[in-house]
Amino acid sequence: MRAVITVVGKDAVGILAKVSGKCAAYNANVIEVSQSVLQDLFAMIMLVETSNLSCALSELGSQLARLGEENGLAIHVMHEDIFNSMHRI
Amino acid sequence: MINNQEILETIRMIQDQHLDVRTITMGISLLDCADSDIERSCQRVYDKICRRAQNLVRVGEDIEKEYGIPIINKRLSVTPIAMLCGISGGNPVLYAQTLDRAAKTVGVNFAGGYSALVQKGFAAGDRALIESIPEALAVTERVCSSVNVGSTRAGINMDAVALMGRVVRACAERTADDNCFGAAKLVIFCNAVDDNPFMAGAFHGVGEGDCKLNVGVSGPGVVRAALAGAPEDCDLTAVAEIIKKTAFKITRMGQLVGAEASRRLDVPFGIVDLSLAPTPAVGDSVAHILEEIGLETCGACGTTAALALLNDAVKKGGVMASSSVGGLSGAFIPVSEDAGMIAAARSGALKVEKLEAMTAVCSVGLDMIVIPGDTQAEVISALIADEAAIGMVNSKTTAVRVIPAVGRKAGEELEFGGLFGSGPVMDLNRLSPQKFIRRGGQIPAPLQSLKN
Repeated sequence: MRAVITVVGKDAVGILAKVSGKCAAYNANVIEVSQSVLQDLFAMIMLVETSNLSCALSELGSQLARLGEENGLAIHVMHEDIFNSMHRI
Repeated sequence: MINNQEILETIRMIQDQHLDVRTITMGISLLDCADSDIERSCQRVYDKICRRAQNLVRVGEDIEKEYGIPIINKRLSVTPIAMLCGISGGNPVLYAQTLDRAAKTVGVNFAGGYSALVQKGFAAGDRALIESIPEALAVTERVCSSVNVGSTRAGINMDAVALMGRVVRACAERTADDNCFGAAKLVIFCNAVDDNPFMAGAFHGVGEGDCKLNVGVSGPGVVRAALAGAPEDCDLTAVAEIIKKTAFKITRMGQLVGAEASRRLDVPFGIVDLSLAPTPAVGDSVAHILEEIGLETCGACGTTAALALLNDAVKKGGVMASSSVGGLSGAFIPVSEDAGMIAAARSGALKVEKLEAMTAVCSVGLDMIVIPGDTQAEVISALIADEAAIGMVNSKTTAVRVIPAVGRKAGEELEFGGLFGSGPVMDLNRLSPQKFIRRGGQIPAPLQSLKN
C-alpha cells in the first residue's frame, strides 16, 4: 500500500526534513520525492510505502496536517488508489 | 507512476473545486420487520437499522481520512414505509419516529423511505401514510418522505396528485416557524427509482436486495473549472468531450470509495449515481457551468439546450467509469441549493416555466423551489401533474419539491441554511386549474408504455 503526500506553501528551511522526519517516526518509507520551488512557492510530492506503518494511515494524515498548520503549509496525505483510479483506465 | 501534474490536478479538484463524494447511502430492506402489531414492527425496524448501519458513519469517516476525499453525507434509505403500514395498521407516524430515532443512534443525517408508491392506485397503508406526512415531517428531524404518483407504465394517479397538493401545503404550514422546512423533506415523483442515494427522494426499492450501498458523487465545480481552462473558441463538440473526461474522473473516485466502503461494511455495492449535485457554496453550481458554456445567465434562451448537452456528457463520461450506474444520474437543478440558480431567480432571469422546460432534459425536476405562501393546493397539484406528465411521456424520472413560504410573497426569501441554502420566493401562474384537479381519476399510460 502506498500513499501520496503533497506539501504546498511558502519556501522555508527544513520543510523536507520536517515532513520526512514525521514519516520516519511512523515508519512510512519514502520511495520517491519530487520538489520544485517557483519563486517562493514550495511544492513537494512524496510517494511513501505505508504497509508497515506504525499507526493508521488516517493518523499519519492528521499528524502531517497539524505539522502543516504549524508551519504555514498545506499538507495532504491521500491513498495512491485515488490517483490510479482517476487517471488510469 | 502517476505524474505530478495528475496529482496536483486531483488535489486542486478537492481543495479548490469542491470535489467530493456527496453521499454514501445504505439501502436497507424492512420487509422482514413487518408485523401485525405496530409496536413490534417498529422495534424490529429500529433493531435492524441499528444492526446493519452501526458502522456506516465510522467507515465513511475512516475512508474520508485515508483516501483524502470528503464524504459529505452518510445516509439511510429503507423500504417504503407504506408497505409496513399496510401490514401493521396503526398510526404511521410511529414509524417516522422510529426512523428518526434509528438515524440518530447510528449517526446519519437523513433517513429516506417514509414513502408510498401509488402510481396506479392506493393499496392498504398508502393513504394513511400520505395523510400522515405533514405530522411525520414536523415531529421528526431526519426523516425524508417521497410519494410516487405516476409512471410511464401506469400513467398518473390524479387522485394522488390532488391529495399531494394539499399535503405539500400542510407540510409547510406545520413547519411555518422553521422556514416551512417540512416541505423541503418531501418529494413527489413520477418514475421514481429504487436505488436513488440522494435525499429527500431516496427509498430502498422492493426489488432490491436485503442491504445495499449506493454512492452519489458530485462535482459541478470541477466541470466548470475544466471548461474555464479550455480555449474560448472551442466548439460544443469539444465542450462535450471536456465534460465527459471530467465526469469520468469524478465517477471513478465515487466507484473507488463505494467499492471500498462496501468491502469494509460487508454489504453488496449497489450503484454509483452520476449526478452533478450543486451546493450553495461559491464555485459549486450547475448554473455556473451553463454560464461557462456561454449563456449570460442561467434562464436565458439556450439554457435547455446547454443543459441537455451537459446532462448527456456527464452520463457518457460516467458510465464507463463505474461497474454499475443507477439512481437518478444527471445534473440536478435545485434552485435554493445552487448559488447560480439563486442569483438567476433573484434577478428574474430564471422563471418556473423555464425550470419546467429544463426538467425535460435533465435529472430530476422542479427542485427546492420556494413558492408564494398563498399558493392554492390545486395549483401545486397541477404543477405536480405537469411535471409528472413530462416524466411519463419521456420515460424519465421527474419530481416536484416545492416549498410554499407561509406568510411570504414573491420577491421575499426563505433561508434554510447548510446544504439546503436559501431561495427567493418565485412567482407562479395563478390561473385556476381547480376543475381539472377535482376531476380526479387516472391519466392513462401513454403509448410509450406498450413496448412489449
